[in-house]
Amino acid sequence: MSLLIERAGALASLQDGGRMGVRHLGVTQGGPVDWVSHNWANWLLGNPVQAATVEITLGNFSLRAQTDTCLAICGADLGAALDDEAIAPGRSFEVRKGQLLTFTHPKRGVRAYLAAPGGFQATPVLGSCATVRREQLGGLTGDGQALTEGNRLHWLGGASATPRELPAQTVTPLSSPSLAVVLGAQFGDFSGQSLFDAFNSDWTVDQRADRMGVRLRGPVLQSARSSMISEGVPLGAIQVPADGQPIILLNDRQTIGGYPRLGALTPAAVAQLAQCLPGTSLRLKPIALEAAQRAHRELLAQWR
Amino acid sequence: MKPRIEVVGVDSLLLRLFDQIDEDNMPWMLAATQRVRDAFGTALTDLVPSYTTLLVHYDLTRLNDQQARQHLHQALEGLQPAAAESARQHDIPVWYDPSVGPELQALGERSGLGVAGVIEQHSAHIYQVFALGFAPGFAFLGLVDERLASPRLATPRKQVPAGSLGIADRQTAIYPLVSPGGWNLIGRSPVRLFDRELDGYSLWQPGDRVRFVPIERAEFVRLGGDDSPFEETTA
Repeated sequence: MSLLIERAGALASLQDGGRMGVRHLGVTQGGPVDWVSHNWANWLLGNPVQAATVEITLGNFSLRAQTDTCLAICGADLGAALDDEAIAPGRSFEVRKGQLLTFTHPKRGVRAYLAAPGGFQATPVLGSCATVRREQLGGLTGDGQALTEGNRLHWLGGASATPRELPAQTVTPLSSPSLAVVLGAQFGDFSGQSLFDAFNSDWTVDQRADRMGVRLRGPVLQSARSSMISEGVPLGAIQVPADGQPIILLNDRQTIGGYPRLGALTPAAVAQLAQCLPGTSLRLKPIALEAAQRAHRELLAQWR
Repeated sequence: MKPRIEVVGVDSLLLRLFDQIDEDNMPWMLAATQRVRDAFGTALTDLVPSYTTLLVHYDLTRLNDQQARQHLHQALEGLQPAAAESARQHDIPVWYDPSVGPELQALGERSGLGVAGVIEQHSAHIYQVFALGFAPGFAFLGLVDERLASPRLATPRKQVPAGSLGIADRQTAIYPLVSPGGWNLIGRSPVRLFDRELDGYSLWQPGDRVRFVPIERAEFVRLGGDDSPFEETTA
């Protein structure tokens, strides 16, 4: 009962719900950057949404089934195919022993999530098998290594998967270039012009984008504060270093930071950003805290 | 202390307790950390203490903003500083040597203390763990003697060996893992700071006290240290 990785691509790693409750030790949360698609991939097989999936970045990834099973893909369209049959993201499918599942290149989005019955198997480190290379934690071997050719992926469920289809009108994180922001932190220290610019300009996703953070290019934002005493930073935090170009902090961010922040993306907006290729144009849109909390609860309720 | 509560994310509040870095804050920070843990119980997803603040990440399916704020108020009610005895103290052996601490010589000259004087000053003080961050088990310790204060390197190094002891401004720290870094390196410690063999993974926690104990090369090697000389990587 395994899948053998034949091509490892740019970056493919095991991710689960994330490494929670240990950030006071300097350990980051990790986990799927597009957590919404990760959850749906699990949901398609009837898995707990926290179960481990493979996060495939940009494609050039293939694996061969060593047994008959059922798999699911959600998130980016990376040109997936089972032998010669194209597999669109957002569905589960049967796989026969010996068949090759390939992901070629991004047609839409950045990251695809592959789920297997019960979730992929790895020994949790600090409560999670989320792979964080910089911290040498998680993954198949527990030491933070990305997946590589020759790795064998096993899963926890037997033939017990209960495949299902995405509910009608499911909104995937691929569809919106408008990212919701909860204002907060040091946003009052930014000039009025900068606050206007932040929410009324087009921002471009920079090449410097990874699981730690994504830089945006656009108008220069100015804060009255140049540096501050480092403090804990939440997922999606929008920090603005001295050059005035925001960096949105993602799952593998450092746990504390000392740059002024405008606030933080909502979790749903983080998932959207995770699917934006460099060069993508997007807008930031403020949202009231109460509305953001309600929307997040409704999102979570879909998987209960 | 004038505590303030700030929104920092959809499910995160920041409790700001102080405005300045001060060793005298730590007993209050420790007490507040414990009280917040108790007040939130299992509705707490993560808690990140730093020098003057606590980042509180709570479970939005169990609490709303109003309830989370009430928990914070409850945690602060009648807050008393933690007893000093409750802090653990660690004696950390360090091989202070220019071959593993490329800035040691220059710091000796700039401070007028000489290499021996820098070592003496650096190991004379008992430091506090103000915060963990940057990397797993990376403890921001302070405050170092003003004469040892050194600005970060203009260009951070791509690779700093595990165990390296550094100074940045009036803070000092050991790199638990090989990583990039811009601190001024003055020595190396053989102690494992973050390891799955350690109880709780991390040797230390915020509020702990730390003293550095100078050791010779032979002792450093005996304790398992890697004595290969520091080399700048050009990549």
